[in-house]
Amino acid sequence: MINYIWAGMIFVSFLFAAFSGNLESVNASLVSGAQSAVEMAIGLLGLMCFWSGLLEIAKKSGLTYKLSKILEPFMRFLFPELKKNSPAISAMLMNMVANFLGLSNAATPLGLKAMEELNKENNYRKRASNAMCLFVVINTASVTLIPTTVIAMRAAAHSNEPFSIIVPVWICSAISVTVGITLAKIMAKRGGIR
Amino acid sequence: MKTISLFVIPLICIIIISYGFIKRVNIFEAFLEGAAEGVATVIRILPALVGLVAAIAMFRTSGALNFIIELLSPITRILGVPDEVMPLALLRPVSGSGALALVSDILSRFGADSEAGRIASVMMGSTETTFYTLCVYFGSVKITDSRYTVFAALCADIAGFLASCWVCRFFFS
Repeated sequence: MINYIWAGMIFVSFLFAAFSGNLESVNASLVSGAQSAVEMAIGLLGLMCFWSGLLEIAKKSGLTYKLSKILEPFMRFLFPELKKNSPAISAMLMNMVANFLGLSNAATPLGLKAMEELNKENNYRKRASNAMCLFVVINTASVTLIPTTVIAMRAAAHSNEPFSIIVPVWICSAISVTVGITLAKIMAKRGGIR
Repeated sequence: MKTISLFVIPLICIIIISYGFIKRVNIFEAFLEGAAEGVATVIRILPALVGLVAAIAMFRTSGALNFIIELLSPITRILGVPDEVMPLALLRPVSGSGALALVSDILSRFGADSEAGRIASVMMGSTETTFYTLCVYFGSVKITDSRYTVFAALCADIAGFLASCWVCRFFFS
């Protein structure tokens, strides 16, 4: 997908530029664009380092694990069809907590583990169970405590208040994930057997 | 509301560090280990960022981006989405690094504290690269029939996008 988007953007730019006669400025923006990407990345470095460092402490001290224990009843509510001591539940919990804290490197392997466990309890071979659908929907909605990358980008772009978007981000992810869960639950009910 | 945003960071720092202390973790060593990972993350996204920011800069300078924005403007006006962030809403579910490059473009052009800059930031922070996640997760267990997942996930994205615009207007006015 990204192949087409990328190639398309570049071809269309040259085509547009050729027609409107501003080929020179498009050439110039190739250079300046590549440069500004590097500047942005350097601006990102500081905050990304600091935050990743802090989160490593949370991981090592077991805070991440503890948080997932607190959230267990919530999982029962979301996934009532799973067995009580299903290993899928703890894998999903750890994945969600990792996502929530912005530990995306840790989140993906945990998420894949959760999918594997969910698949063991799936009655069909190539068809997703309701629990799988719901879990993926929650994962695509991104509920994050601190949107680190965006904050770092705002700081790199000389924002006066790079952190000011935190609460709006919470509200919007909450709205988005609620819509996702509600729809998934409604569709699961309509679909009958899982 | 603004003060909550202000206190979140100090609070989280204090909680994480003191919990580390209580559990007798070698906190500074752990910090350094994680920080090194942070460097790796930035370096990992740099090549994609260069390729895409350059492409987007060209796309914008050539007038093609404005053409698309003009095309979409009847829809954006109805939804109350600022013209500048509409391309981001379209690209976000498909490409994470592409969306990152677009946000970077919007932030440097209009300023991080402009309306478009804030809305773009909130959109970026509150949504995920939906199609990528879908492919990786279902692909890993060889599920081909994802049933209603795409529909529910995309609706959640749309809700997040619209909410970003409305919440920002309300929050920063």
